[in-house]
Formats: sequence, structure tokens, C-alpha cells
Amino acid sequence: MLQIRCPWCGEDRPEIEFRYAGEAHVVRARLPADESDAAWAEYLYLRTNPKGWHAERWHHVHGCGRFLNAIRHTVTDRIAVTYKPGEPRPTIDDQQGPTP
Amino acid sequence: MKFSFGTLLKEALSGHRGWPRQWREPEPKPAYDVVIVGAGGHGLATAYYLAKEHGIRNVAVLEKGWLGGGNTGRNTTIIRSNYLCEESEALYEHAMKLWEGLAIELNYNVMYSPRGVMMLAHNEHDVRIFKRHVHANRLAGIDNEWLDPAEAKGFCPILNIDSRLRHPVLGAALQRRGGVARHDAVAWGYARGADALGVDIIQGCEVTGIRRAPSGEVTGVETSRGFIGAGKIGVVAAGHTSVIMAMAGVRMPLESFPLQALVSEPVKPVMPCVVMSNTIHAYMSQSDKGELVIGAGTDAYVSYSQTGGLHVTRHTIEAIAELFPVTRRLRMLRSWGGIVDVTPDRSPIIGRTPVPGLYVNCGWGTGGFKATPGSGHVFAATLARDEPHPIAAPFTLDRFVTGRLIDEAAAAAVSH
Repeated sequence: MLQIRCPWCGEDRPEIEFRYAGEAHVVRARLPADESDAAWAEYLYLRTNPKGWHAERWHHVHGCGRFLNAIRHTVTDRIAVTYKPGEPRPTIDDQQGPTP
Repeated sequence: MKFSFGTLLKEALSGHRGWPRQWREPEPKPAYDVVIVGAGGHGLATAYYLAKEHGIRNVAVLEKGWLGGGNTGRNTTIIRSNYLCEESEALYEHAMKLWEGLAIELNYNVMYSPRGVMMLAHNEHDVRIFKRHVHANRLAGIDNEWLDPAEAKGFCPILNIDSRLRHPVLGAALQRRGGVARHDAVAWGYARGADALGVDIIQGCEVTGIRRAPSGEVTGVETSRGFIGAGKIGVVAAGHTSVIMAMAGVRMPLESFPLQALVSEPVKPVMPCVVMSNTIHAYMSQSDKGELVIGAGTDAYVSYSQTGGLHVTRHTIEAIAELFPVTRRLRMLRSWGGIVDVTPDRSPIIGRTPVPGLYVNCGWGTGGFKATPGSGHVFAATLARDEPHPIAAPFTLDRFVTGRLIDEAAAAAVSH
């Protein structure tokens, strides 16, 4: 089970307090009706799904109730950093990520 | 070598020292007509049908690990075709028909055992959706029937139908032709069959890049064993499809999640069928070795770790112990995870891609094993003719742009 630091609560909490909410930084068009079908499909369905560092949203449903972003490595599942929504995505230098 | 009673008898009398290798271990040639990426069941079946039905034998199947070592060897081997939409019914029933003759087709015992797959309903919503499945399937000529709780217990006597359970059994949908098969044997049988027809199966060969001509079409793959030219490339890489497709610059509507399974210590036969429960995330059958084979749900997050959280299996074990009280003091021997590639509509993607010469067969998510023969069969036809096999035609990549989705979230049976 993951330990996730909630940037709002400032505490490491077990994964089961949170709900995964998909890839982060996927931006919804201001006027979806003006989007082409391809652009709308990209927003709805296409995902990076990387083997490596992944920016993702978590929802602290059984805690403060707020959303947060995390950068996690999808091979080791190590979380490098969590941050508040709206903050820029941090860059992670360590490409491989140390094994936990 | 063709397996028969005669060869078995001869080997039995000579100490089983004369069995030949079942497939070669060839060095990669400089180029092939078709390169398949991924030697799981689907990839090997694709190669087999390319050679057998379409006469395309200059084919390589590249595998980064060992043949059948991914999800083919990690799933819970359930076979059924009771899906809701007409497109899926056609696809999974096509596979079911091939399963029924597969051991003879391959001259290899895949231990296909149509012992019945029973899906439990635990609430009013389950009852309605499963009855809808039963009616839809029967209209399509696919067997599926509704059982009340007592009939469900009659079919699987160790099932607990006490009405005071947290999730009581209100009924079940039963597909009697459903069942299980030996997953390794499926990979081995297709590998042996394809190899005999001239297909090169190259293990320990990881694809690291896809090379394209200036005009856009593919020319081959970069691998850990050097460049291999290819007229066409078929990507059948399950959980790693997004990674391979990114090498050609194609973004996919896929997310890869760990899906876990576990087996108990072996016990005498107690479980005559397969029982699945969507609502409480558990399914179980008994292998011929006597182990109870238990499938859990997926983890919530994208991962390539081939492990999952312990709380996921714990949740499943709690459900299993309640549904089957006889299992409460069993020890679990092994647990493991596979990486499943899940599409937004829980249906696979089979066909062409925006890159000329690049084809993909993916998105089978949590339920690809059952489709192995059908998947390989229709994908081989699609590769050979450069146009979708009629059964595969609805399962295009561009359905996510046109909006013509094939929603099988209820039939997929594993919580995501």
C-alpha cells in the first residue's frame, strides 16, 4: 500500500484514505463544443500511461477531502513529491528512481 | 512431432527420453514480412493464424522476456462469451468456438474444461444487469441462464447463500459452456504450431524503437538484439502497449494497472465450476492440481510493477471467505500481479493505426485470456489483408474519436 503525503494536511497517510483520480495536468477545453472530435477524444481518452515518472491526481476522500498531485514512478511505485493543484509540475532529475 | 497415443506409448516405454524440443530458438533474420511484438497467447496465436490461414510464414514474434511469461501465465484462465453488446458477443463467441476445437487444431492438450461460469448477483442492480445480459445473450444464440440462489448453490455446493450475508446472493447468471483452460499450454501449443509452420519465436529480445521511412511507414524495429526489418508490425504487448506505441509517436487510450491473483494450498476437489462476483471483487475456480485460483481487483493507479497493494487481495480474501466458508482456514501459497491495459470502454482495440504498416491488438484489460484464439484469428486476418476482419471491424482505434464505443464495463467483471 502506498504512503501518500497530503500537501494540505502535511502528513503521510495510507493509500486507502485516498482515491486515485487519474493523470494530472489534463486540461479541459474552456468551450468543449468548439473542440474538434479528435481534440475532444484526446482530452477524454488519450493518456500518457508512461513507464517511469507519472504526474497523477489523488483525492483525499477520507481526510481533508481535497485534491492533490503526486509524481510517482510507475515501476517502483515510489512517490517523489506531492504538491497542490495549480502548482507547476516539478521536474524529477532521477530518471530511474531508487528502488524503495 | 505429432502427439498421439502411439507416440505417448513409445515414449512411455523408452523412459521419455526421445521427446524433441517443441520449438526452435532461432537467431533473428535481418528482416521479416511481419514482426509481432509480444509472445503471449494473443501474439503467438496471431503468428500461428498468419502462417496457417494466410500463408504468411516469414514472421517473427519478438518477446522481451520469455514466451507466455506475461499476462498469459498470470491470469485466472476463465473463458466465457456472455458479453452484452452485439460486437463483443460476436468477438468472444468467435473465440469460444475456436476454444472448443483448439486442442485438436493444435494437436496439443490445452485442457479446455467447459465446467460452467457462474456470475453472482448481490443487489437489485446486479440482478437487473445480469438478467439483461441473459436475454441479450440468448437473442444472440449464446447460452446464458438465470439461476435463483438455491439453484446457484445446487451448481456450486460450497457457495454460501445465507440471506444475512453483507452481500447476499440474490441469484446468478450461468454460462454452462464457459470454463477454464491451461494457460501455459495455450501459449506452448500456439508456439509449437507457429514454429512448425516456419515462424521464428525470438525470446529475450526487447523492442526499443520503431523505425519509420521518411514517408511515414514502418520499416522495422530496433531491439536489444539489433535492428530487425519488417514490412508490417503487429503490436500485441498488453500492459506495455502504450510504451511501444509511443516509440511510433502514437498516444493510446489506455491505462495500465496491476491486476492480482493468488492460489491456495492444494486441496481435494471442492469447486466444480467457476464463480465470479463483480460486486465484491472476487472470483474463484479450482485447478487440476487442487489449488483454489482466486482473482482480485485491479489497483487504483497506473503501474508497471507487476505487484499490487496487499489491501486489494485482502479485500478479495474477505469476500471469498464469506462466500465460501469452507475456505476460511486455507493457506495461500502464492500471489502475483500482471499489468493489464484497460480502455475507457473496457473493449479491446484491434486493427490499423495512424502509422502505415503498424497494427495494434490491445486493450483486453482484465479479460484477455478468454479471447486468445479469436483475438489472434481476427488480428491475423486484419494484418494479412490490411483491412479489418468483419468481427474486428467495430473495435477500431478511432472509435474513441467517432464516439462509437462498445461499453462492456458491466461484463468486464473486474472492478477498475
